[in-house]
Amino acid sequence: MDDAAKLKEFDDRIARGEIFEPKDWMPERLRKQLIRMMSQHAHSEVVGMLPEGNWITRAPSLRRKMILLAKVQDEGGHGLYIYSGVESLGVRREDLIDELHAGKAKYSSIFNYPSLLWSDMGAIGWLVDGAAIVNQTTLAKCSFGPYARAMIRICKEENFHKKQGYEILSTMMAGTPAQRAMAQDSINRWWWPSLMMFGPTDKDSPNSIDLMRWGIKRKSNDDLRQRFIDMTVPQAHAIGLTIPDPALKFNKETGHWEIGPINWEEFFNVINGNGPCNKERIAARKHAHDEGKWVREAAVAYAQKHSSLERRAA
Amino acid sequence: MASATNTTASADWPMWEVFVQLELGEPHQHAGNVHAPDARMALLNARDVYSRRGLVKSMWVVPSETITASTPGENGEFFEPGNDKLFRHPQFYKSPKGVGNLE
Ligand SMILES: [Fe+2]
Ligand SMILES: [Fe+2]
Repeated sequence: MDDAAKLKEFDDRIARGEIFEPKDWMPERLRKQLIRMMSQHAHSEVVGMLPEGNWITRAPSLRRKMILLAKVQDEGGHGLYIYSGVESLGVRREDLIDELHAGKAKYSSIFNYPSLLWSDMGAIGWLVDGAAIVNQTTLAKCSFGPYARAMIRICKEENFHKKQGYEILSTMMAGTPAQRAMAQDSINRWWWPSLMMFGPTDKDSPNSIDLMRWGIKRKSNDDLRQRFIDMTVPQAHAIGLTIPDPALKFNKETGHWEIGPINWEEFFNVINGNGPCNKERIAARKHAHDEGKWVREAAVAYAQKHSSLERRAA
Repeated sequence: MASATNTTASADWPMWEVFVQLELGEPHQHAGNVHAPDARMALLNARDVYSRRGLVKSMWVVPSETITASTPGENGEFFEPGNDKLFRHPQFYKSPKGVGNLE
């Protein structure tokens, strides 16, 4: 079979709603896009540990501290699930991580904003994980088996991430005026970046066409963003938070909340490396990797010791 | 498991496929994979990655390189012997009226 015939067969499979696996024939362009998209997603999970890691030692109670630790550990796990999926396409995790550390790989722009207040832990859990859930729930139905399976696993774990964030904010909103102001401050800073997480508006999203054609993306960036907005605005109002958008209004005819313009210049600026924390994030990842070197060496020494003991015993 | 033990950097740590059993008596299911220098540590890593919520009853790790898989492009001929033997299915058979269900 020549490539045109194979492509036709692959398109037909996707049209029938079939799931494909790493060893199946797939268009080379798709393989590259999958490696790019999944590795960016994995990097986002791993870099995403940093803004929250910043507050673990300063959590206001032991309960909050245990929750935050567990959440951050989950995010590390999410990174591993997805790296494991990308490796099925014949790339090495170590090379992907090297690219991240060399500043050559992208990750979600949201993690380049600083976490300045405890209430930011609430805003991140509720908004950032909330947006991630909307995105990941559709990816869980995507056509590439390893990606879909990683997403199903992740979605099961995300709900507590969102709920603990909302709990932090609703507790603060029931507190003193200073606590309420702090919660509102966090929403003012995290609302717009959360909306940008869904990526550029559809007409400016060059990779979307292939990814939609082959069933990886099943909903457009704008559709997913709208779903998130419609779900989130009433949750904000329920606890007395104000969405920082003077143009926000409910359209009774469509049943959707309509927002003001998104500052895409800021988005492209952050994604291209000039956000408030881009350099700090990469430096922190490299530092963690270098500081972990002795652990990796110790693991190898431990394995060697055991294998030589076993050989002597045999 | 000495053959899978590796002595160099973590980049070259072998990959292990992880299988988990979620209910006693159920089959083990593939969950994903981990990197580790030996089987013992593969199991520890697999526990941390694939059972953070304690839902797992049993776990296996298997060196990925030891798994031999069927080839997707040859599925047709390879699985053919199982496809044309309808007489292996109970629905193939007719029983006289009145004896009810023989199963
Ligand atoms: Fe996550
Ligand atoms: Fe999360």
